[in-house]
Amino acid sequence: MSKLLDSVKFDADGYLDDPNQWTEELAKEIAAREGITLSDRHWVVINYARNEWKTKGEAPTLRNITKNTDVDTKELYGLFPGGPGKLAAKVAGLHKPTGCI
Amino acid sequence: MKTFLVLGAGTGGTMMANKLAKRLDPQEWKIILVDKDETHYYQPGFLFIPFGFYKPEDVVKTKKAFVPSNAEFILSDIELIEPDANKVTLTSAKRVIQYDQLLVATGTDIRPGEIEGLAGAGWHQNIFDFYTYAGSVALSKFLSTFRGGRVVINVAEMPIKCPVAPLEFSFLADYYFQQRGIRNKVELIYTTPLSGAFTKPKASEMLGGLLEKKGIHIEPDFAISDVDAGKNVIYSYDGREISYDLLVSIPTNMGADVIGRSGMGDDLNFVPTNKYTLQSQKWPNVWVIGDASNVPASKAGAVAHFESDTLIENIERSIHGQALQETFDGHVNCYIETGFGKGLLIDFNYETEPLPGTYPLPIVGPFSLLKESAVNHWGKLAFKCIYWNILVKGLPMPVPSRMSMVGKRA
Repeated sequence: MSKLLDSVKFDADGYLDDPNQWTEELAKEIAAREGITLSDRHWVVINYARNEWKTKGEAPTLRNITKNTDVDTKELYGLFPGGPGKLAAKVAGLHKPTGCI
Repeated sequence: MKTFLVLGAGTGGTMMANKLAKRLDPQEWKIILVDKDETHYYQPGFLFIPFGFYKPEDVVKTKKAFVPSNAEFILSDIELIEPDANKVTLTSAKRVIQYDQLLVATGTDIRPGEIEGLAGAGWHQNIFDFYTYAGSVALSKFLSTFRGGRVVINVAEMPIKCPVAPLEFSFLADYYFQQRGIRNKVELIYTTPLSGAFTKPKASEMLGGLLEKKGIHIEPDFAISDVDAGKNVIYSYDGREISYDLLVSIPTNMGADVIGRSGMGDDLNFVPTNKYTLQSQKWPNVWVIGDASNVPASKAGAVAHFESDTLIENIERSIHGQALQETFDGHVNCYIETGFGKGLLIDFNYETEPLPGTYPLPIVGPFSLLKESAVNHWGKLAFKCIYWNILVKGLPMPVPSRMSMVGKRA
């Protein structure tokens, strides 16, 4: 574990406890821990997710991301393999998306 | 004379129109109920039609039969809602209604067009939904001549109406094929965008175990990208492909188009609603019930029923200039058919996930929570009668609206 990752708290699933502690440096290290190297396209998604969280208080859904950015669903799965909604929220330092009931 | 306008005469709208008719002073208020469809469907019954357990005519009545006598019922689609001007324009004769209070009860519908290839050549050929009357009736015809093969149940995207229905369909399909003596010729695959069988951990584990026990393969984290109806294959965004002989699809669910057109909805046309008071987040004289809202509770009739108790109180308070009560707790209560004359019951809210125990009373129940029993199955069947005679008429139900921990084991 890096010092940076050690300096903040995560929940049991690996989501940052306090989204306010998030920094771009931290995002890079969380991503690396998930096996992802961040590109400009990742940052489009991460910045959008951060903004959504600031205005609405929660992580955006996949549909919300693809509707409001130029990243489509296929690309999103390429950028954040497996579960792009959860993984993008994790890297953006947000809580686990509640999305579905 | 003031106008209370209710848009949508489904479960929530009809129930509320009946409650409003009893509570509002008829000298002061006129109640208008609008719907585009004359028929009121008992939607929980759609699940049973494909297997011949219910006949199509069991689930149909006319909407008018449930409209209170002092309310006006208008059969029309809605062209536009202008909440800033307290105005609604109907499609029929372009009639304009000025309202003082508005209840949005426009529900949610399936949108097969949202998934590439789903609504194409295979639709209602060997791809069916069971969330519409037409879909469940067409599927029942298909199943009656089905001799075996791979049946894929696909949940396209969350949230969906009645999130346990796809699981119930899978359990009942296993039961149905066993009864017909062809279960050994049928492969059942349950594909879901969720990481497990259900959204809440304890119930997910229990229901996932049941799938396994019944020999139904679960394919989790499956986000469908498109359907090739020529090859009979569905694809996921992460490159998985699954072939099918019969695809039972639960397509993307969205709120009414008029919500989108009127700028009142989120990305899926659901109306942003205060989850405790059920008032619109933007317009104080706009209220939202049931599937039409974005509150993080299940989209189901039982939820609309629990919401109606909070709504009627808050509407009255608002009209009299009193502060609203934050009483809706996200209470969900549903019977889950598991086949072979048995069922499960789950009961939960915003804060508490489904837990084992008994309902509504400790130990004696009579219903058991998160555990299969015949009594739960009878409860589900009895519910049809309760629905028509008590629920849509807005009469009091014998269980409390707020969730109770009594009988539950944490």
